[in-house]
Amino acid sequence: MSLLSLQNLLKSFGGLVAVAGVSFDVDEGSIVGLIGPNGAGKTTVFNIITGNYRPDSGDVVFDRNDITGRATHAIVRLGIARTFQNIRLFQNMSVLENVLAGCHCRANAGLFSAMFRTPRQRSEERRAVEHAMRELAFVGLEHRHDNQAGSLSYGNQRLLEIARALASAPRFLILDEPAGGMNEQETADLTELIRAINDRGITLLLIEHDMNLVMQICRKLVVLEYGAVIAQGTPADIKRNPKVIEAYLGIDC
Amino acid sequence: MNLARYARYRYFPLCLGGVFFAIMASIPWLLNEAGAPGSGIAQLDMLNKIGIYALLALSLNIILGQTGLFHMGHTAFFAVGAYATAILNTMYQWPVFSTLPVAGLLAALFALLVAVPIIRLRGDYLLVVTIGIVEIVRICLTNNIFGITGGANGIFGIARPVIFGLAFSSPRQQYYLIWGFTGITVILFYLLEHSRFGRALNYIKQDELAAAGCGINVARYKLAAFCLGAFWAGMAGTLYAANIRSIEPTSFNFFESVIIFAIVILGGAGSITGVILGAFLLIGLQDVFRDFSSARMLIFGAAMIAMMVFRPQGLLPARRRHYGARRYLGKFPCAVRRQCGAAYNPYAEDEGDCV
Ligand SMILES: Nc1ncnc2c1ncn2[C@@H]1O[C@H](COP(=O)(O)OP(=O)(O)OP(=O)(O)O)[C@@H](O)[C@H]1O
Ligand SMILES: [Mg+2]
Repeated sequence: MSLLSLQNLLKSFGGLVAVAGVSFDVDEGSIVGLIGPNGAGKTTVFNIITGNYRPDSGDVVFDRNDITGRATHAIVRLGIARTFQNIRLFQNMSVLENVLAGCHCRANAGLFSAMFRTPRQRSEERRAVEHAMRELAFVGLEHRHDNQAGSLSYGNQRLLEIARALASAPRFLILDEPAGGMNEQETADLTELIRAINDRGITLLLIEHDMNLVMQICRKLVVLEYGAVIAQGTPADIKRNPKVIEAYLGIDC
Repeated sequence: MNLARYARYRYFPLCLGGVFFAIMASIPWLLNEAGAPGSGIAQLDMLNKIGIYALLALSLNIILGQTGLFHMGHTAFFAVGAYATAILNTMYQWPVFSTLPVAGLLAALFALLVAVPIIRLRGDYLLVVTIGIVEIVRICLTNNIFGITGGANGIFGIARPVIFGLAFSSPRQQYYLIWGFTGITVILFYLLEHSRFGRALNYIKQDELAAAGCGINVARYKLAAFCLGAFWAGMAGTLYAANIRSIEPTSFNFFESVIIFAIVILGGAGSITGVILGAFLLIGLQDVFRDFSSARMLIFGAAMIAMMVFRPQGLLPARRRHYGARRYLGKFPCAVRRQCGAAYNPYAEDEGDCV
């Protein structure tokens, strides 16, 4: 059964058509890779799913609900979390606080319970810290909880973004170039992490230029070029597809 | 002996607040003992003024310091509160103290009305619009809007607040009222700062897009910050009206907005301690420099520029929050085998700054 279904998405910026009729499905529990050359419109597709952009036409269906054009925060609440291609952490805040941001949508203490420190507010806060530490431990950053987010290494910042996304208890996680800027060892760790996330029952959709990583972990690949899907299928199929080789992978792949 | 190390101590804010308010509580007595002329009426009046500004700056701090909204129209909300109290008291004979929540609510309602259309504006645009709001409010008041604001003369003859039969009339009683209220405000705002709500405001200040991506309803939190700040400014208006007893439109001009804004920025945006220090410095020094009032603005402007260059985060920037998360270390499983081992042995490239 498909968890996410994109139907004929169209999005243009002025005269530039960034996404030109994209349709594909993501099955529940799977790992799907979205690949394609630079400027193909991959990030734009992500931004449409998460409600950052409203498509000119087409639908985004998540778990049989049409979520097209809904507000980003409402979509997160439904269970879609994301990371950003150009890391967007809260740089001046602590690592733990960054993850607590992810917990935000799974709690509900407001203004008054904060000012009067109601027992419910206290226990909710304690649970949020515990939950955030659980996710930090999961990605291997628990000992950094008190560091400033901006002081982490590039690779660790990417992991922190993943922890923050996981803290919102998503059913569906989308990662925009998670291995970008990582060295070989870090990428190997990331592969392990993505598998572990999937083992938790979370469906993943990821953009990635590292073909090695993508071929290893994805069950299905969708190839985008000039905003259109030129191929989709299993990694093995994609590797042999002449259109994909010409557009993206190159001859020697 | 290293003061900076003590400043990192978890209960430092509590100690600092306790010491500060203990000193403040004993000042009337100290002035009396020191034999200040008239039991220090002049000094107490000065401190009352500082207290009102501290309240205003604390409330603006929620909007400007915590949420990062460039709002330079805070006197508009202050004016709404002060006029609400003045009108209800002089025309409808409401006891002054009972107008306190109404003044706050009216100011918050007014904030909601003006903020809804402009809340999505960014930085400098918001600044310009909020400056406009102050001027509109002042002009409305001067032109005797609804025929109840008394025009350019304003309203006089506001009664003293009476709480449980206790009248707050002398400067000393006013002093306890204003600073008592400030003390309560500090506690409530401190608790707010250290909560889910307070963090949400900070996330928005740092990166709106990322905050929305974490499930935070950005527009709603911004509105809430605006209304809360306005509510408190409105209540400060009540205290001001009851202290000064006659109010006029010129007390709520744009320059007052600039001063409150500067208190927050110079003191330390997002820092309660910084904001209170800022109120003392800016309002206190203004009085010191009264003799050469023509140069006052020059000094003020130069201080602003110097701060922006040498210490943009303010005199006393916000502290890091503590969560007591250490107790969860080693309790939860890790997904990455190598990271688990490596985490105990921090990477060289990380310049960790553990507190
Ligand atoms: N907000 C925007 N305004 C105008 N043009 C945009 C905007 N966002 C994306 N584009 C354009 O849309 C096209 C697709 O961009 P997108 O970021 O989706 O590509 P991508 O596949 O993610 O590329 P990369 O691999 O480099 O990240 C590009 O030509 C880009 O310049
Ligand atoms: Mg991209």
